[in-house]
Amino acid sequence: MAFKEPVEKYNNSITEVSISDLKVGGQSVLTGIYSFDGPVPNPPKIAMEVLDVKPEEWPQTLVDAVGDVYDDPVKWALKCQNEFKADMICLSLVSTDPNGMNRSAEEAAKTAKAVLDAINIPLIVYGSLNSEKDGEVMKAVGEACHGKVILLGPADDENYRTVGGASLGYQHKVAAASPIDVNLAKQLNILLGNLGVPLESIVIDPTTGGLGYGIEYTFSVMQRIRLAALAQGDDKLKSPFINMIGKEAWKAREAKISESEEPSFGNLATRGILWEAITAINLLIAGSDIMVLRHPESVKLVRSFMNEFFK
Amino acid sequence: MGLTGIQIYKLLPQTNCKECGEPTCLAFAMKLAAGKADISLCPYVSEDAKAKLSEATAPPIREFTIGTGTNAVKVGGETVMFRHEKTFFNPTPVAVMIKDTESDDVVASKLERIKSICFERVGKKLCVDMVALKNESGDKAKFMTLLEKASAIDKPMIIMTDNLETLKESAEKYKDKRPILYAATSANADEVAKIASATGLPVVAKGNGLDEVSSVTAKLASAGIKDIAIDSSAKNIKDAVKDNVFARRASIKQKIKEVGYPTFVVVNEITQDPMLEAVIAAGLISQYAGIVVISDPDPAKILPITVSRMNVFTDPQRPMVVEQGIYPINNPDENSPVIITVNFALTYFIVSAEIEASRVPCWLMIMDTEGLSVLTAWSAGKFVADAMAAYVKKTDITQKVKHRKIIIPGYVAQLSGEFQEELGEGWEVQIGPREAADLPKFLKMWKL
Repeated sequence: MAFKEPVEKYNNSITEVSISDLKVGGQSVLTGIYSFDGPVPNPPKIAMEVLDVKPEEWPQTLVDAVGDVYDDPVKWALKCQNEFKADMICLSLVSTDPNGMNRSAEEAAKTAKAVLDAINIPLIVYGSLNSEKDGEVMKAVGEACHGKVILLGPADDENYRTVGGASLGYQHKVAAASPIDVNLAKQLNILLGNLGVPLESIVIDPTTGGLGYGIEYTFSVMQRIRLAALAQGDDKLKSPFINMIGKEAWKAREAKISESEEPSFGNLATRGILWEAITAINLLIAGSDIMVLRHPESVKLVRSFMNEFFK
Repeated sequence: MGLTGIQIYKLLPQTNCKECGEPTCLAFAMKLAAGKADISLCPYVSEDAKAKLSEATAPPIREFTIGTGTNAVKVGGETVMFRHEKTFFNPTPVAVMIKDTESDDVVASKLERIKSICFERVGKKLCVDMVALKNESGDKAKFMTLLEKASAIDKPMIIMTDNLETLKESAEKYKDKRPILYAATSANADEVAKIASATGLPVVAKGNGLDEVSSVTAKLASAGIKDIAIDSSAKNIKDAVKDNVFARRASIKQKIKEVGYPTFVVVNEITQDPMLEAVIAAGLISQYAGIVVISDPDPAKILPITVSRMNVFTDPQRPMVVEQGIYPINNPDENSPVIITVNFALTYFIVSAEIEASRVPCWLMIMDTEGLSVLTAWSAGKFVADAMAAYVKKTDITQKVKHRKIIIPGYVAQLSGEFQEELGEGWEVQIGPREAADLPKFLKMWKL
């Protein structure tokens, strides 16, 4: 007997979001790698994360990989673009954290503008995850980057008015972040919608758990959101996903602890890179459209895996 | 799968003898349908009905065991497409391949690592589960020597040879260890079925794509072989993912019996890159693979692969828990801070990782809250002042530290007063940060 391939294509599709000249979403299949189920007009993208300040307490594996540019966000971004072949740059404005360096919104906006002017791939700008400050920072960043389209974020249930307002006012796209929950993700998209932000301008940041540290919750919430969007046609959940993978993966003890401290864990560099790459592959399977990574080797691995689906 | 109570009732004796413990046959049938009773409780059911029932209630993907004793692995038995629908049941075993063309030293070192790589996480062991032995040389004597060496480490074996005589001899020799035979193909299915039948061993059905695989499993099934795994011979990542997804959909959603078996993927035939091999293995485990074979028993790869597997196979309805107790982090002493939190595994992992990163020596008290997180445990009345005080008093924390200060999660700040009262004279309850990420800063500023 002949085996009939059980292809699954849905009547609904993920909303296509354009960030400058790059598009994400648009597929009618469960994840961006299911190219055997139907067309994937915009294969998932890899963004590389750049911090606006020299990273403190980064594992040596990462410091070595990024090299001598990590105290200059512009050089760092250019290296990710030219040498590591990132599809996008994600600038994390960690220095704006009021509990840390507390840099002003204006200073942060200058950094964002400098990076934007230097690179020729699309830019994502993320705040320090302090809701109130991020609102203020995104307003300044949005204004400084007006003229080109970037992705701002994260907007949450506290600051969505200011971050959403910056998106509306300066024609940027916005990442809507909610804490690993289908209903809260939907609620935030509705709130942004009420403000006037169209669905074509929103990507969902479902909150990413790293490998071994809650990835299964993110995995299942993303699959449930995708099924709600594609099988049930829930318009408010049809947004593409962005996942802050590098940040979470490199927090894990297993990605950082040296072989001398944990001899049974084996080589640190191998382990750290795989920790990030395997976190990414799981979320790619769950439907990620923009994967934000840190290590050039895990970028290569994820790219090699993904490319096979688009040959 | 999926007979209704009424359909099952028709197969029962309908005498209402009550010997199964239920008042009527219909009540028993309803319990069977819900999976809450076993047909063996009915002493009068016919063999024919029993067979029909066990077939009907069997999972759409055949479940069976490879190996014996404590190292045996159970494969297949899956019932859903997505873990949130119920759960995935049998974590995909990871096998490492050894070829009989590899040098004695390489073989010895690989076997030693396969045997010894084992991590413990949340009370569960994460190890290399199986050893795949390949008759690459084509030489029987060489292969038998390899099997002899490998059988000593007592991991379930995969016997991989194209030579029927070698397959037969090794199957007979090691049948008591219950290895799985590799492989039955379109060309040799009848002969391999005979070997599997005579030895009672499970077998891998191999073909080019699921179409050919289906014809091989059909042959094996008609020869009475039930314990089968399927290898579609994928040579690239896309085909491997596609075949795993399609086999799972066809078996679960369309009840296509010919592919209703755990899949078997030789990852080292998809890539030669050892790093990519680990990434593909982990990806396929999350994409329905039944058994994966890799080439490299490297702990730095096995750890992320098996942690990824553990996460995906965690029952979404049953949170992972860690054992109640006092965990020393960074070699604490009698002047180190004491922190109390819940036993939800994720809370423990994140809190302990942040403490470790802070390099501040601490005593972390983990209280049994049935796996609930801080806020849920608090609202469920499990992480509340009197229960926490009772737990603290039960432990020997006062022998471990001189001071009487205890830090609670910021999210339950409201219970600090009552907790202090319950603990009694001399205690001081301190309010920690709400988020674990803020712990290092908090701890670095902490003073006795």
